[in-house]
Amino acid sequence: MTIREKIRSFIGANLLVSGEDEEFSDADNLFQLGYVNSLFAMKLLNYVEREFDITVDNEAMDIRNFSSVLNIVSLVEKIRQT
Amino acid sequence: MTHLKEVKCVVWDLDNTLWCGTLLEPGDVLLRPGIREVIAELDGRGILHSIASRNNYQDAMGKLREWDLHDFFLYPQINWGSKSESIRLIQEKLNIGMDTIVFIDDQPFERDEVSESLPEVETFDASTYLDLPALTRMNPRFVTRDSKQRRIMYQEDMQRVKDEEEYIGPRESFMASLRMRFIISEAEEEDLERAEELTVRTNQLNATGRTYSYEELYALMKSDHHKLYVCELTDRYGSYGKIGLALVEMQADHWCLNMLLMSCRVMSRSVGSILLSYIMQRARQDGKKLLAHFKQTDRNRMMYVTYRFSNFSELTNDGHGNIVFANDLSQVQGFPPYVEVMTPGAAGFPHSQA
Repeated sequence: MTIREKIRSFIGANLLVSGEDEEFSDADNLFQLGYVNSLFAMKLLNYVEREFDITVDNEAMDIRNFSSVLNIVSLVEKIRQT
Repeated sequence: MTHLKEVKCVVWDLDNTLWCGTLLEPGDVLLRPGIREVIAELDGRGILHSIASRNNYQDAMGKLREWDLHDFFLYPQINWGSKSESIRLIQEKLNIGMDTIVFIDDQPFERDEVSESLPEVETFDASTYLDLPALTRMNPRFVTRDSKQRRIMYQEDMQRVKDEEEYIGPRESFMASLRMRFIISEAEEEDLERAEELTVRTNQLNATGRTYSYEELYALMKSDHHKLYVCELTDRYGSYGKIGLALVEMQADHWCLNMLLMSCRVMSRSVGSILLSYIMQRARQDGKKLLAHFKQTDRNRMMYVTYRFSNFSELTNDGHGNIVFANDLSQVQGFPPYVEVMTPGAAGFPHSQA
């Protein structure tokens, strides 16, 4: 699986969405799509760090970096390059 | 000298500790005199009990059931593994700090094995069991309604987890089926003992880690420039008790969140952001910006993430973990659909006691 696919499937399985079986695109804003609570945020962060063997520091923890699948992918790629 | 934390859980050995004799050997085992009273006394103070014993699970639980003691013990580990491994499991299940667990066993070998792997766990010889209630670490400053109910609340939670595991269907609908109610209110005098207790006991979901005494909280509650919020969570299984606390300082042009904390017990219920969302909403209604004090530790990352994902950014950071967050409140999340949130002054809110 690519980074994108992994992140998509993690979000599909963990984000609490109000509608049923809502489809989401890679550019959709997660914060509008479902309810982002602290538990989801922490799980997402742990997943990204473990799965891609990176550390997200304080600076990178900006809400924009996590607002869509695309943004998370580019964050992971950016951290991996440094 | 290290400062020892208030004890949250006592882990008991069974053979020749809780009872005299060895269960798997011939002859009857006898409950140690006065031990029921010790257990009940600590339970009443909100201190939990568990078991780490090398025994046959069914036999040992059967014995405890005979004496009607089984209900006191949460996540009893009765198996043939090491005691340190059992304690590790108990710690994980209860989601409490290792430095708040003590272990009591008659065998020096077992105590040493635990001390070796888990140096934060204080160990006691079985013969000292009658002295436990008098220890400073076993005497919380206040015994609140929440502490008396603590074991029951954990037991309700075990039922929830079991039902959740057995639930078939999407997680959202399970959450909705809990019929959770999150009740935010301005603290009253009767809440203050519990509020102090929360500031002392909470580590992971705690923004500043600062503890507040009853007297300080009383002054803040009476202050015109502060708002002290407490919140309670209930669902169809019962109440989780008062599980959250926030202190807001109201300045002319901004609000400042001096303290925000939430009990770890509700971590799995996805309600951790509700109180913060509420305060953001209120500050915005008031036309104020919102600042928040934060002290970063190696244990409260979840709280850091909560702030950042609620669109707070670091205004200042002294490099030693002392952070001031700022939020322009351009993006404020509503409440989650699976929880009914009751706020001060809202219709139907039980504002004053009749």
